[in-house]
Amino acid sequence: MPLPTPEPKTRASAHSSRIFLFVLTALAIAHQGSAQDTPLISGGAGFLTSTNAGSTTYLPIIEPLLAAPLGKRVLVESRAALLEFFSPKGGDQSGYGHSHFIGITYLQGDYVGSRHFTVVAGDYLIPFNTYNDRLSPVWIGNFQDGPLIANLNFSSSGSGLGGMLRGNAIQRSKYSIDYNYYYSTRSANEQFSASRGSGGRAAVYLPEQRLEVGLSYDRLLQGRHENFYGAHVWWEPKDTSFRLRSEFASGQHAQGYWVEADYRTHGFGGLDSAIGRIEPVFRIQQTFRRDTTASDGLPTANTQRADFGLDYNLPHNTRILTSYARQFSVAGNRNVWETGIVYRFLFPAWKGKQP
Amino acid sequence: MNLKHYLSGFLVLASASVFAVAAQQGGTPGAAPAKKPAAPKRTVQPQDHGERLFQQHCSRCHAAPEGFPPSITGTIVRHMRVRAGLSQHDEEALLHFFSP
Repeated sequence: MPLPTPEPKTRASAHSSRIFLFVLTALAIAHQGSAQDTPLISGGAGFLTSTNAGSTTYLPIIEPLLAAPLGKRVLVESRAALLEFFSPKGGDQSGYGHSHFIGITYLQGDYVGSRHFTVVAGDYLIPFNTYNDRLSPVWIGNFQDGPLIANLNFSSSGSGLGGMLRGNAIQRSKYSIDYNYYYSTRSANEQFSASRGSGGRAAVYLPEQRLEVGLSYDRLLQGRHENFYGAHVWWEPKDTSFRLRSEFASGQHAQGYWVEADYRTHGFGGLDSAIGRIEPVFRIQQTFRRDTTASDGLPTANTQRADFGLDYNLPHNTRILTSYARQFSVAGNRNVWETGIVYRFLFPAWKGKQP
Repeated sequence: MNLKHYLSGFLVLASASVFAVAAQQGGTPGAAPAKKPAAPKRTVQPQDHGERLFQQHCSRCHAAPEGFPPSITGTIVRHMRVRAGLSQHDEEALLHFFSP
């Protein structure tokens, strides 16, 4: 998810070799497609603005994702972020300055063994709680900025370099349990920087109730050797468009939670009517700082924040995101106004065979 | 004090939402007919295994795209299989749902 402040998952770079690497990867695997398995390019493009305590920033962003199947069991996927960040120069200077960031968010290969296990190797998103690996794409999130605790896990960059085992441990008609376990090695590579650590997540899903409850744990295996604990609850009542999502995360230096609700009405002509496309969203979050010895991306003081959003789902995979947030902290209270428009694209990487 | 205000506000919002959901469930039985496979919505009534899988595993996180070429259907389903831990049978059911 793009942020007005530097996005941890998006490693800053002005080096064009990162684009080259991304494109090269795409070209190297694109020719493998056939029938319905043509490699695809998906993702989101958006233009976001944020006024934080009176300072307005502008953020055009593109997040392309490439997915290419190889054979029956392998998938190679990668997501990149390209953004330009415009912000007031500050100090005595007037006008705006700008900086750009280009980086690979993740690049991984997946081997699907069975429903019980998939082996993931490469630079992958850390599946600690749910936001990072499920909701962070710019076209998915209901708010343009992520929750304050989004980076409260062993990897402040949001990704790990190494391997992961994931799958569905138990599948019944009444419930299912999925899991993942990951290990990341330490890397100082500019493009694939990572910390050494390991962890996992297990979640129970009740399909009839549309309820998911999960627990996460990971541990930093270098430096401070810190433990992190997380929990999440998602609930989407059946046959409705109401969703409730929440997370709690705790480390040795800080902890916090967020709860988010969104709703679309079927009344007034259904979801595709002018009214049905309106999506009010609400999020509350708190962070608690025990000490400031660790740089984990959380505010340096205890913070409480409420976000009130009103999104509009336009036709053709386009969304307008607007929100107002009031943030309370001993470091200063502030208003945050955000508006943006996001477009989700999805098309073949090349013209494949007709199925 | 602020926390109390937040929690009060959240409870009011949650109560209103649950009430609205309950009222909607009672007021629009079977209101959502089957949709085109290429543009499934997150609120349609389950019609088959593939559609149910889509609702349970895909639309939990994101809305469905309004349409996409059939040539990438298999890639989309493979991606979801990795994300959601689906079986090969589930993958085939989703494929059938997208391309009946």
